[in-house]
Amino acid sequence: MAIKVVKPGLSTTVQDLGRPGYYHIGIPISGGMDRFALRAANLLVGNPEGAAVLEASFLGPQLEFTADATVAVTGAELSPKVDGVERPTWTSFPVKKGQALSFAFLKGGARAYIAVSGGVDVPLVLGSRSTYTLGALGGFKGRKLEAGDELRLGEGAGASGRIVPPALRRGPAAPAVLRMMPGLYWHRITEAAGQHFFADTWKVAPEADRIGYRFRGGRPLEFVPREPPFGAGSDPSNIVDACYPYGSVQVPSGAEPIVLHRDAVSGGGYFMIGTVISADLDLIGQLQPHAPASFACVTMEQALAARHERQKQLAEIRALF
Amino acid sequence: MTEILSPLPGTFYHKAAPDKPPFKTQGDAVAVGDVIGLIEVMKSFIDVQADAAGKFVRYVANNEAAVMAGDPLAEVA
Repeated sequence: MAIKVVKPGLSTTVQDLGRPGYYHIGIPISGGMDRFALRAANLLVGNPEGAAVLEASFLGPQLEFTADATVAVTGAELSPKVDGVERPTWTSFPVKKGQALSFAFLKGGARAYIAVSGGVDVPLVLGSRSTYTLGALGGFKGRKLEAGDELRLGEGAGASGRIVPPALRRGPAAPAVLRMMPGLYWHRITEAAGQHFFADTWKVAPEADRIGYRFRGGRPLEFVPREPPFGAGSDPSNIVDACYPYGSVQVPSGAEPIVLHRDAVSGGGYFMIGTVISADLDLIGQLQPHAPASFACVTMEQALAARHERQKQLAEIRALF
Repeated sequence: MTEILSPLPGTFYHKAAPDKPPFKTQGDAVAVGDVIGLIEVMKSFIDVQADAAGKFVRYVANNEAAVMAGDPLAEVA
């Protein structure tokens, strides 16, 4: 059983729920940027939730199936087409041997999750099939897909006609609101700068990727004057090197916040203004270049409540199938 | 008149580099597959290829404009 890649799209990679446990040696978790959509896609085709799928950014691939399979596409509004006939997103449908799967133009969101019954069968690397392109690790030969690649599929007949109802689908609002907990280095900026940070509307920079999402357009941060500590650089945004959590928001020179994502670098010397809560990381993966976004200040209690809310939504989808 | 649409979101450029001329100017012949501009996204520049042949009329989207997938970029007649 196989899929032939006719056209790869812009950046299409094999992803599952990632590779936890190696961040301390610099290998990030990787995996789908929108884990909610990835899980839903797998549930739709009858796979285990963490099976490997294809994550396509902005532009869908063109694939040819050499065996019958069941397919579902979730996340971005990137309508699939079977031999040119459009199919709905968030719905499982059959693709017959010899048929082509292609995609219409992106209508919303940024990353589509293409689940195929049986899952994409690439070798497990450190316990995961996810691609970490910067480290050339995992996935299909450690890289994004290219024309001519052939993907093997696992065993599984799948289940067509399953639908995630619109009320249970999830995508970013416009403008997107990213909830953030202020962090250890909050004291480094002035009170006015802290207020501006949350008040301003930012825009996704076109270079935003799986490593980090850069935002621009808000007012630059003003720092509290200090004597640079030993080991930190002279720039006011420098710190003595520290660990970078997933979702942490670094602001080099106080100019453009960067939210680290699934392919994050594990540490460095930029101060972090805070951390975007785990419940909102999926939304970042669905933001297009130039999309407006703002940051909202939350407490740990609010962050945990948001996480609970997301788990409840996922449980509702599990209960459907 | 045929519109060439943007295949993906990003920043649209008429030129390969700031000191280079635009890929096409009014009256130029356009063949299917000709590069008419670039889209910058995720630290990559992607060629925008014409999917229709004819004569180049004009760019619809400005140089360095933020574009969405499906936005018209140029006209070919």
